[in-house]
Amino acid sequence: MQSSSSTPRHLVITWLKGIVAPLSFGAGLLLFWQFAVTWNEVPHYVLPSPARIGEALMEDWVTLALSLLATLKVTFLALFFAITIGVGLAIVLTQWRWMEKSLLPYVIVLQVTPVVSLAPLIIIWVGDINTSLLICAWLVAFFPILSNTMLGLQSADHNLVDLFEVYGATRWQKLVHLRLPSAMPYFLGGLKISGGLALIGAVVAEFVAGTGGVGSGLAFRILESGYQLRIPRMFAALIMISITGILIYLATTWVSWMFLRKWHESAVKREV
Amino acid sequence: MPSPLIQMHSVRKQFGEGVVAVDNMSLTINQGDFLSFLGPSGCGKSTALKMIAGLLPVTSGRIDITPAEGSSEQDLGFVFQEPTLTPWAPVFDNVWLPLRLAGISRKAAADRIRRALADVGLSRFEASYPRELSGGMKMRVSIARAMVTRPRTLLMDEPFAALDEITRMKLNNDVIRLAAENKLTVIFVTHSVFESVYLSNRIIVMAARPGRVAADLTVSAPWPRDEGFRTTAAYAEECRRVSIALKETLSESDIDH
Repeated sequence: MQSSSSTPRHLVITWLKGIVAPLSFGAGLLLFWQFAVTWNEVPHYVLPSPARIGEALMEDWVTLALSLLATLKVTFLALFFAITIGVGLAIVLTQWRWMEKSLLPYVIVLQVTPVVSLAPLIIIWVGDINTSLLICAWLVAFFPILSNTMLGLQSADHNLVDLFEVYGATRWQKLVHLRLPSAMPYFLGGLKISGGLALIGAVVAEFVAGTGGVGSGLAFRILESGYQLRIPRMFAALIMISITGILIYLATTWVSWMFLRKWHESAVKREV
Repeated sequence: MPSPLIQMHSVRKQFGEGVVAVDNMSLTINQGDFLSFLGPSGCGKSTALKMIAGLLPVTSGRIDITPAEGSSEQDLGFVFQEPTLTPWAPVFDNVWLPLRLAGISRKAAADRIRRALADVGLSRFEASYPRELSGGMKMRVSIARAMVTRPRTLLMDEPFAALDEITRMKLNNDVIRLAAENKLTVIFVTHSVFESVYLSNRIIVMAARPGRVAADLTVSAPWPRDEGFRTTAAYAEECRRVSIALKETLSESDIDH
């Protein structure tokens, strides 16, 4: 017998709720925005209408797309280094307690210091602007991966640790076959946070670098548009950043689901 | 003449400066024994088992285990109270684990893994993940994993305590069959008088605070046993005898239960 939750009608309703509902809400909001701006004759340099923002996006598409690429390059490189260095450092710190005691306080100091206050120093010290942006974005992105992975590595089931002891597992075997798989859900949780933070880090760093007159990322386009009072273009760049953030979140959520879908409670669909 | 496999000499276990979990425990476990540690919570039976497994160091005293002849493979299987499976790996890989840690490839281990799974009736489930199995099936996987190295000794720490009575009875029969077929020495920790009498040919009743041997009883009924034994007068009589020993131990231990 087919359960009511799997009938075609129910599936369609679920699909409508999941996709059509938020899109409809967004479309309604845009319509309201367009209507409110036109009706009240709000100047475009105060609040441009969605149509005007769309026009600005079309007109300046090439410049904005190139800027988006520049921001994406910094974002993904920062995320890549956040993953490799974050996971690597988490392994080192959890394998040797004295390393954790020696290094972790300084890692936390780096994390709690606002990146906007460090960015000018990094730009002066490093010299190369792209490397500086990368370091700033990495500084923001790597801590969630480090702390989550450390927590995961330390959360292996004690009975499983005992089991590995009974079978004479080496430290390396325990790491590869027990601690790393145990840490996977925690790491993926950190990855979801760090994906967005890498973008935020890249944009903030571009803002700081942009004040020095250099920059080609989307943040610089926002600054540039602000100086020139091209507010629709400013909004267009802002929307591109938001959409990029959403796409990064969706991508990391998908990666997480792919790794966990067969065994972890967070990703397994419950039968009803 | 039975040959001694494990010998505990005046073993004492104290955690830090605090609780003495086991005190002055001396015991000889012979090859082929099916021995149960029976006692109340906190009497040190799991601690004693973990010391035999090498998971806990003894504070004083000594545990001697006669080495296996010509075998370098894992000589000891351990089944925990929980199934203790890796949730990220399918059943096949969970059973492979002890062999994998010993450096045996998946391909080389495949036959043995399939045989171990067949022995516990789970051949059809090798690709399933632990979350897809019932509590009893998970425990069967845990037993298959312990058996895949063909150990001489199987240590079981209240493995069926969380299971329903019917599943527990079935698994009791499985353990007896596996022990008889493989000529295993089994050390089984339990709270249950009925389970200990059904399974064992020897029962060590333990007293608490500190944990120590209170009685060393032999269950003389023929072994291996089957379901029919549960309804015999001999079973009832053995249960009565062990219950009396346990009751005396509890009154001596002066603890609330």
